[in-house]
Amino acid sequence: MPSASTFARLPDGPAEDITILFNGEAVRARSGDTVAAALIAAGHRITRTTPVSGTGRGPYCMMGACFECLVEIDGEPNRQGCMVQVRDGMRIDAMSGARKLAEGNP
Amino acid sequence: MTGRVQLAVIGAGPAGMAAAVEAANCGASVVLIDEQPAPGGQIYRAITSAARPGKAILGDDYENGAKLTDTLAASTVDHWTATTVWQVTPEREIYMTRDGASHRITADAIVIANGATERPMPFPGWTLPGVMTAGAGQILLKTAGLVPQAGLVLAGSGPLLFLIAAQYLRAGGAIEALVETTPRSNYRTALRHLPGALRTPGYLRKGLGLLAELRKHKVRHVKTATRLQAVGDGRLQALRFSRAGRQHEIACTTLMLHIGVVPNVQITRALNLPHDWDALQRCWRPRRDADGATELDGIFLAGDGAGIGGAVVAELEGRIAGLASARALGTLETGKAEARLAAERSRLAQEMAPRPFLDALYAPSPEFLAPPDDTIVCRCEEVTAGQIRSYVGLGCIGPNQTKSFGRSGMGPCQGRLCGLTVSEIIASETARPMAEVGYYRIRPPIKPVTLGELAALHDDQAAAADRSLENAS
Repeated sequence: MPSASTFARLPDGPAEDITILFNGEAVRARSGDTVAAALIAAGHRITRTTPVSGTGRGPYCMMGACFECLVEIDGEPNRQGCMVQVRDGMRIDAMSGARKLAEGNP
Repeated sequence: MTGRVQLAVIGAGPAGMAAAVEAANCGASVVLIDEQPAPGGQIYRAITSAARPGKAILGDDYENGAKLTDTLAASTVDHWTATTVWQVTPEREIYMTRDGASHRITADAIVIANGATERPMPFPGWTLPGVMTAGAGQILLKTAGLVPQAGLVLAGSGPLLFLIAAQYLRAGGAIEALVETTPRSNYRTALRHLPGALRTPGYLRKGLGLLAELRKHKVRHVKTATRLQAVGDGRLQALRFSRAGRQHEIACTTLMLHIGVVPNVQITRALNLPHDWDALQRCWRPRRDADGATELDGIFLAGDGAGIGGAVVAELEGRIAGLASARALGTLETGKAEARLAAERSRLAQEMAPRPFLDALYAPSPEFLAPPDDTIVCRCEEVTAGQIRSYVGLGCIGPNQTKSFGRSGMGPCQGRLCGLTVSEIIASETARPMAEVGYYRIRPPIKPVTLGELAALHDDQAAAADRSLENAS
């Protein structure tokens, strides 16, 4: 669950103009945002659980180095949320624990 | 885009942009490859975006990046955006992913300008959601206009911490506290480098200006904090630390960390280039000569990826590597190259003058180099400092062996966040120098590639050869 966001957009910047889905819930975002930035802006700070202990993690470096913000995007697992830009209607799901191989997926 | 180019530059920050433009202006065909959708690197991130914050918030130094992106736009450089390099070979082949497919090109020369990453700052609780780097905070500000309104603590050491604090204050943000971990002894060590630093006083003047902004806004500024610990039930709720023998706790929901930046050595390590331990900057530096040339023919390095100097130094090093590669390619006469290189080298020496002072003043506190036992050092595989020490106790003598003991460095980040720490712990436990302990063996692909992306490999060189055969027949 998100808590109220502690980040605000600069008032003179562009408005949040698109909607993405995080774990099925609608999240407003700004064109040009990365997935990780849009989630932080909306107060979603836990974006995956680890494969080893199952504890929550969130975006850490925002520049593609730490791989903490791995999420599933439109059904594709293990995408770096800080390296993918949002699109209207994009479906984002938290990665949960270890990766699973889809049935019938080579 | 053809499969064979004269020069390929990896990274579109100040060093990469400068190298690409210099070489292109000498008549070389240049491809500039970068992971981001627009040029600038991390320091000038979003500089070409109409939506970014203005000069009143980000400051003059950031605005300087626009000069570089303007010259890039006016040049003949072919800029491949949103393209991730995952392998570079000594034969100068570059493998990369773009739009879900892999590509391979071969270059007559390569400039690697892949920049720096934040130095890991491990302490108990640094993996909690809500803890991020100060660099991450800057990226959120530059790309998404995001400013913290409550619950922010900044912790660590170094000029970036003061810069982001000042930028947030100018943007109307709120800061609970800036908790500085610079050890008191650093000030004494730095003092003897002060005369050298005063040769280029601009950096010091800027630093003092930022501190004055913090004072004006009455930001709580804690100095010489030790024994940091982030606490919270599933997510960050507070930062604890010691100061002068007393425990303190500050409630926060966002904690931004910084203790300097270090070269991103994934590509140079995967190329098996020699790396030297820099005892002052406490990081590895891939070996290169004054022109940026490495021991691999036609492969040059420039910018923070080769040693930390900052944006202006990176730009100068980029120009030097661009000119040197143009000379190697035969598109710049040797005599002309020498005169221009000499001029750039003299500017470089001037810009480097404050480094020893800054490096000594902001040398990371030992508690973050070899952290307490209960600290997770390998964030991916959740291996603690105590576990690394126990492996040493069992006879583990190097970072690569820790992989078979407990998988440290084997997660998706491929050691980027734990490589320095694991080696520092082993060096400290075994009382051996870092140069002897060494680093993880980094192997390609240096970024994950899916089988689908591999299967869709566009061999641009083979395709070009096929085309020329068809044309010939």
